[in-house]
Amino acid sequence: MLESIDLTQVDWARAQFALTAMFHWIFVPLTLGLSFLVAFFESIYVKTGNPEWKRLTRFWMGLFAINFAIGVATGIIMEFEFGTNWSNYSWMVGDIFGAPLAVEGIFAFFIEATFFAVMFFGWDRVSKKTHLFATWMVAIGSNLSALWILVANGWMQLPVGMSFNPDAARFEMQNFWAVLFSPVAVSKFTHTTSSGFMLAAVFVIAVSSWFLLKQRHVEMAKRSIVVAATFGLIAGLFVAFTGDESAFTNAHHQPMKLAAMESLYHGGIPTGLIPFGILDPAKQPGDGKDAFLVKVEVPGVLSLLANRVLTSFVPGIDDLLYGNPQQHIMSTGDKIARGKLAVAGLTRYKEARQTGDAAAAASALEQLRANQDYLGYGYLNRPEDAVPSVPLTFYSFRAMIALGTVLMLVFVLFLFFSWNGRIAEQRWLLRLGVLSVFLAYLASEAGWIVAEVGRQPWAIQDLLPVTVANSNLSSATVQTTFFAFLIVFTTLLIAEIRILLKQIQTGPEGH
Amino acid sequence: MFQRFAKIFDFYRQGFRSMRLGRTLWTVILIKLVVLFTLARLLLPDHLQNFPTDRERGAYVLGQLTQPPPRP
Repeated sequence: MLESIDLTQVDWARAQFALTAMFHWIFVPLTLGLSFLVAFFESIYVKTGNPEWKRLTRFWMGLFAINFAIGVATGIIMEFEFGTNWSNYSWMVGDIFGAPLAVEGIFAFFIEATFFAVMFFGWDRVSKKTHLFATWMVAIGSNLSALWILVANGWMQLPVGMSFNPDAARFEMQNFWAVLFSPVAVSKFTHTTSSGFMLAAVFVIAVSSWFLLKQRHVEMAKRSIVVAATFGLIAGLFVAFTGDESAFTNAHHQPMKLAAMESLYHGGIPTGLIPFGILDPAKQPGDGKDAFLVKVEVPGVLSLLANRVLTSFVPGIDDLLYGNPQQHIMSTGDKIARGKLAVAGLTRYKEARQTGDAAAAASALEQLRANQDYLGYGYLNRPEDAVPSVPLTFYSFRAMIALGTVLMLVFVLFLFFSWNGRIAEQRWLLRLGVLSVFLAYLASEAGWIVAEVGRQPWAIQDLLPVTVANSNLSSATVQTTFFAFLIVFTTLLIAEIRILLKQIQTGPEGH
Repeated sequence: MFQRFAKIFDFYRQGFRSMRLGRTLWTVILIKLVVLFTLARLLLPDHLQNFPTDRERGAYVLGQLTQPPPRP
């Protein structure tokens, strides 16, 4: 069955979606976090009545608007690609995605569009409190929009609250609340939004640091730094807490992703964490060799993080692929066998329905239902196909955490020197502040690489691999559109960044 | 009621008229959307739209799940 699927075309389709998603993710986290920072700035203005806070708020609000508008455009392209490159997937999940994306559209239209206009056009036309309310509603609306998108993505990682309809070839929602409150959706939303808050805080610090280095808008920059660094530090603590929760949910619902994140091939009791390591590029599943050329291991910590029990077992890639009877882990080979029974049942069901043979259809349906949880495995050729890219997942995870830790240190340093009134003199720190914006974006993108590469080969965990999810397009077509999109995205990104930089250089004088 | 709608309309109209940076930005965004949608429409047809009913779309996808068609 898989012999007729062009894997080159699948990989180009994946690359194209990754390209679009990563471009989109340049703008979204800043929208999520800067919306709240602007709301905080304006709250201080309304509370104190100091017009300098109003000037400051309007400056950051201008940058927020630029970033928000560009992010909307990239998001629309992504939703369009669901239908063009992933039509099988779009059809199958339409009933599940329809509700969250419809709610997201309603939120985006009614809350963001309405209050966005009041926020921008209403400075001198509505009362201070009305305007402040509109600003807070934009912040809340933006983040609630993110909720629904992340609920949809969370469902891909842990498909709950649904049943598979073999007649329509669709997953149909049975329990909206199970989808909304799935542990993966909750941890994904909280971790993603709080990481956006951190990135926005770094952005404000970076721009403010640049102003201080140029000795422009000194008081505005100092005020912005204090609020942003405080916001960033609190958000960073929340990122760490929700990151831990994400690892816990991965351990219980996507153990192969966690094993890839840790390059863990053989589980143990307890299992150690490897904060630093260099992978052996020649390592293959089942070869019995050490996965690392160099490593630093902290004993027992992975058991603690994954299961919150120091003496617990964390399965490795080989345990998951080849089975571990002592730990009651089914091998991927057995899952493939059951998956093939599910696919065979689905095929017989389709044929029986076409011929009108009710008894054969009932028998086939029973076979499908008995093995349905492993449906996606029926499309894999060998157990090793279930392993994501270990190097990409492993290194991206460590890059994200290392950069996040550096950013927390940046927040602490900026707060310390702001508290003792010496921030403007610390040119080394101000330069670090400017550079840290690149670190924040790298960390942010690395996190999504972990989340999305780590779930491969699944479009829907255990139920639909990406090889079956995509549209039947030629690899040449997808390759052409990949490079066309790359050129267009890059050209327009340069234009958009120039608009943003020009607005920064203009400074608050424009308001 | 009508006066309220008129005030809201006037609010948006004056707001958009007073935009300076926003016009450049929206021009860039519209160019991006038009170019990308045109490329996508020309090069990436949505196969499922070739089928007139949901039943036929479902049958096509079911066929993909049970026996993928030969490569073009």
